[in-house]
Amino acid sequence: MPIPPAGDRSAVVYLDHAASTPMRLEAIAAMEPFLAAHPGNPSGGHGAARATKTALEEARETVALVCGCRPDEVVFTGSGSESDNLAVKGAAWAARAHDPALDGVVTSGIEHKAVLGASARLGAQGFRIAQVRAGGDGIVDLDLLGGELDERTAVVSVMLVNNETGVRQPVAEIARLVRERAPRAVMHSDAIQAPQWLDFAPLTSAVDLVAISGHKFGGPKGVGALVVRSGTTLVPLVDGGGHEQGRRAGTQNVAGIVAFAAALRVTHERRAEEITRIAALRDELEHGLAAQVSGFHVNGASEARVAGLLHCTFDDVEAETLLLALDRQGVMAASGSACSSGAVDPSHVLLAMGMPQLRALSSVRFSLGYASTRADVDAALVIVPEVVAKLRVA
Amino acid sequence: MARVMVMMSGGVDSSVAAALLHEQGHDVTGVTLKLWGGESDSGCCSVSDVEDARRVAAQIGIAHYVFNFADAFDTDVVAPYVDAYAMGETPNPCVECNRTMKFGRVLERARRLDFDFVATGHHARVVTADAGPALARAVDAAKDQSYVLYMLGPAELARIMLPVGELTKAEVRDHARALGLRTAEKRESMDVCFIKRGERDTFLGARIPRRSGSIVDEQGAIVGAHDGIDAFTIGQRRGLGVSVGERRYVTDIAVGSGVVTVGPRDALLEDRVRLRDVIRSRVLPIVMHAQPRAHGAPFAATLDGDMLQFASPQTRISPGQVVAFYDGDVCCGGGIVAE
Repeated sequence: MPIPPAGDRSAVVYLDHAASTPMRLEAIAAMEPFLAAHPGNPSGGHGAARATKTALEEARETVALVCGCRPDEVVFTGSGSESDNLAVKGAAWAARAHDPALDGVVTSGIEHKAVLGASARLGAQGFRIAQVRAGGDGIVDLDLLGGELDERTAVVSVMLVNNETGVRQPVAEIARLVRERAPRAVMHSDAIQAPQWLDFAPLTSAVDLVAISGHKFGGPKGVGALVVRSGTTLVPLVDGGGHEQGRRAGTQNVAGIVAFAAALRVTHERRAEEITRIAALRDELEHGLAAQVSGFHVNGASEARVAGLLHCTFDDVEAETLLLALDRQGVMAASGSACSSGAVDPSHVLLAMGMPQLRALSSVRFSLGYASTRADVDAALVIVPEVVAKLRVA
Repeated sequence: MARVMVMMSGGVDSSVAAALLHEQGHDVTGVTLKLWGGESDSGCCSVSDVEDARRVAAQIGIAHYVFNFADAFDTDVVAPYVDAYAMGETPNPCVECNRTMKFGRVLERARRLDFDFVATGHHARVVTADAGPALARAVDAAKDQSYVLYMLGPAELARIMLPVGELTKAEVRDHARALGLRTAEKRESMDVCFIKRGERDTFLGARIPRRSGSIVDEQGAIVGAHDGIDAFTIGQRRGLGVSVGERRYVTDIAVGSGVVTVGPRDALLEDRVRLRDVIRSRVLPIVMHAQPRAHGAPFAATLDGDMLQFASPQTRISPGQVVAFYDGDVCCGGGIVAE
């Protein structure tokens, strides 16, 4: 991976797959013909258009297969954030247009900022927003969530896998609660961190909307998808020529979508094998750090975490300082929550789990993915303890 | 070759500081401080400034990071600034930011991270002198910023580099242009970075309970009224809302009673002022040059304890303002005007 050098870097240890993954070779190969050879607009009527339209629809079928839905229920978007926005805002606006009494939006405090931002916007538009907190285990509090549901709830949005802690959320159970207590609500789940780790087809059948994003599983950046189960009404964010079943206007990013589908197919095929390998690496990293570093804590319920994530606290070390020092040694990790300027904010996820601010500011996320190797973990187990020890003494 | 952490605000001076150090062969890392979470339109806080800094770092070919010191900035700079106005003082938040943030927390973090030096784009110089490194005025006298760095002593200066102090502003811009840096033509920020241009009163008004009071003349006769002392500074002429023929200046602000006194210019003249928190970073000459404002003219003075005695009467300096001490071009410390 050509990454510009910084400081004394002697290794490149990429442990930030939850932020973005390198593209899978199969995805790169799939997209290549659509960068130059096939110029057609898939909405056109001639031969060149047919070629790209065919590729687009084949990609849609692949995605539908993995997601466990029908092809016409797959809407391609420009990002995971766009998918979340289309889901949350689109469903809320449609509900209110249908019945002004439907003004409740229920979500959790550990959602991605795409969902939190979309619901904040709805709040400014007069919707009632409820944000349910999570327990110290990183799991959304079901009792609190149940208490927020009523006849006027328009949208419920809870993620499948938290992007910072990697903790799985009981979305199927939440969906049951929603059907029971808020029968008119549309249920969305941000599954952006899920495809690498879970067969999420069962989720798709339990909810109305599911968001995923290509670059979290070896696809390209800038392509997302939203599964919209038939019968779900959404007001589009982008109006125009009726693309994507009228849910998202704009000529499709054919090369990106084809690569997205290829990456999703490969991820699905290799999931079981990759999870076994990555979970072993993650556990080795976690146990190695625990053995070598005092004042080391894992955040989020271990047993509920997906295979690649390790969110942890190093007592008395500022995450901002640690991440810089690690980067200088070639170890790339994250605080989990970067604001638009790139500054480290205390993670809203950890705060929503009831973690004190100081501990939140001493926490970092190591995330492994399909490209992670034993060499990465071995290097990290040398560099991280050294850096932490040095920062604590200094 | 040294390991240098350069603070990049997204402006042209710090861009060129980073470039110069890199050209000199140092191992340079850029950092941008996120200091203010609220609204503002200038300074080192907005996302676009961070983007500019990040882009310049990439163009130069150095790593770049963002440090989030928003909470500390609020505690150490903004809150004391507001408190000072509430006390009728005229604080200098840039000085406090340099003291607590740039040459406080960042210097400390750089030490932890094993950097040999921190650098900024300030127009001032670190020179070698008898008793260790000293702070000296910039080559470009019109742009000199040594005043806002008066608190730096030899211990700090031994770990600080100020490369653009050796250049004129024109040379700085030329260098940025030659490198094709996107900040080459960027306007200078002159205001307090956390307050929108012209909105100081609004900013303070939202934070200080306003208490109206009267405006009196030298004889104590009421000549007007006001809605809060924080809108006034000693020596202020504009915006008094009183018309009494000749020009009137604020000569006194009584915090307790809320009475603001105005008088003729002569009433502002004083021949000494008491300082607090005096820093003597070097041996002072018997007669020094004291500079009471960032770009004000220095005047001859002597220091007796914490009493600064002027060689000739000077316009009164507001409590809270910094007076920096100079021996020729070399800054020897300074103090803050006491009540």
